[in-house]
Amino acid sequence: MTANPLPENRAPAAIRTEALEAILTEKGLVNAGGIDGLINRFVNDVGPMNGARVVAKAWADPEFKERLMSDGTAAVGEFGFSGPQGEHIVVVENSDDTHNVVVCTLCSCYPWPLLGLPPNWYKDPAYRSRVVREPRKLLGEMGLDVAPEKDITVWDSSAENRYFVLPQRPAGTEDLDEEQLAALVTREAMVGVAVVQA
Amino acid sequence: MDGLHDMGGKQGWGTVAVDPDEPVFATEWEGRAFAMGAMSGGLSGTNLDAFRHALERLHPMEYLIDGYYGRWLACAELLLVDSGIIPAGAVEARAQKLLGNDVDEPTEAVENKPQYERGGGGSLRQIDAAPGFAVGDKVRARDMHVSGHTRMPSYIRGRDGVVSAIRPAAVLPDATAHFTGEDAQHVYTVDFDSTTLWGPDAEPATLKIDLFESYMEAR
Repeated sequence: MTANPLPENRAPAAIRTEALEAILTEKGLVNAGGIDGLINRFVNDVGPMNGARVVAKAWADPEFKERLMSDGTAAVGEFGFSGPQGEHIVVVENSDDTHNVVVCTLCSCYPWPLLGLPPNWYKDPAYRSRVVREPRKLLGEMGLDVAPEKDITVWDSSAENRYFVLPQRPAGTEDLDEEQLAALVTREAMVGVAVVQA
Repeated sequence: MDGLHDMGGKQGWGTVAVDPDEPVFATEWEGRAFAMGAMSGGLSGTNLDAFRHALERLHPMEYLIDGYYGRWLACAELLLVDSGIIPAGAVEARAQKLLGNDVDEPTEAVENKPQYERGGGGSLRQIDAAPGFAVGDKVRARDMHVSGHTRMPSYIRGRDGVVSAIRPAAVLPDATAHFTGEDAQHVYTVDFDSTTLWGPDAEPATLKIDLFESYMEAR
């Protein structure tokens, strides 16, 4: 067994977080309001509901979809979705032939402006290690059985391009408007570990 | 660098389940650690690539022990100590004080932010040089062994692929993480067949990976 490099009786992460905030606050480098604001932004304002609106519009508006596929960054910018981890958005479309799934094997790169912060499963070593090696098996364990006739394409986000999956529109949704369509679209479907169900 | 973070293709991590209802932050401290991690690049005069490299520099036990936002907290501290914004050991000492233990807090740090030029905000750059590769080119991922930061996953080293897209040029993280310049380069999406990575019995799949031009050679 390797020696534990961490101090014996190290304070819990919650206390060390409080300590760092106290030190930086005393130095005038952060303030509680600034920290609260950033937390609030990613808890309430930015999240998968953004991406779901993009998907719904792409399903409902063929001209928008064309813009989205040719220049994802500009098209999502029409909604005001931009910012860190969204410098260059590339949209990849699922079809009857191909299923796309996105990962960051090296860290946790993720299209923040469209999906918010990544969920636990996306950051889990099991996902990061296995989806590039046995994607069909892992997706099956995660609840998605990709049809045998579909090819699987895995996107490893190793530079600053951020990949976003346009899921297939489920059958039986012809009468739904964009808002109703958006309500069907899950975070998991926009990363490629699920499909959208009506 | 060859570290725990480079997880593609590693085995033994078990399985993973989706919780569609998980909160953004499971606890209050995780949100505050996220926020300070996000601010730490600016406060330390470093950058996003240095933050990613800080993740890689954590001891494997530190990387794992407090989960994802535990890493962010540790990286914030690491960058702030490196740049002399806070003294080494200050966070643990203050934490022990908060726990009621009588400890000495380390004295003031000497500010030592890295001095380097940035060519603009963000990572994308316009460069004059024409792309060295075209869509359809057969290429090989160089067999590079980088001790510092790099964005080439080890599982493609020396493997053959095909260029499928030219992406916007960007600063080279291998350079910016170490404050040696930007070395902006063309970036390509390169397709690898799963059997070239994982052997003839691999699950059929296409792996698409973004590579900086200096990570690639013609074949």
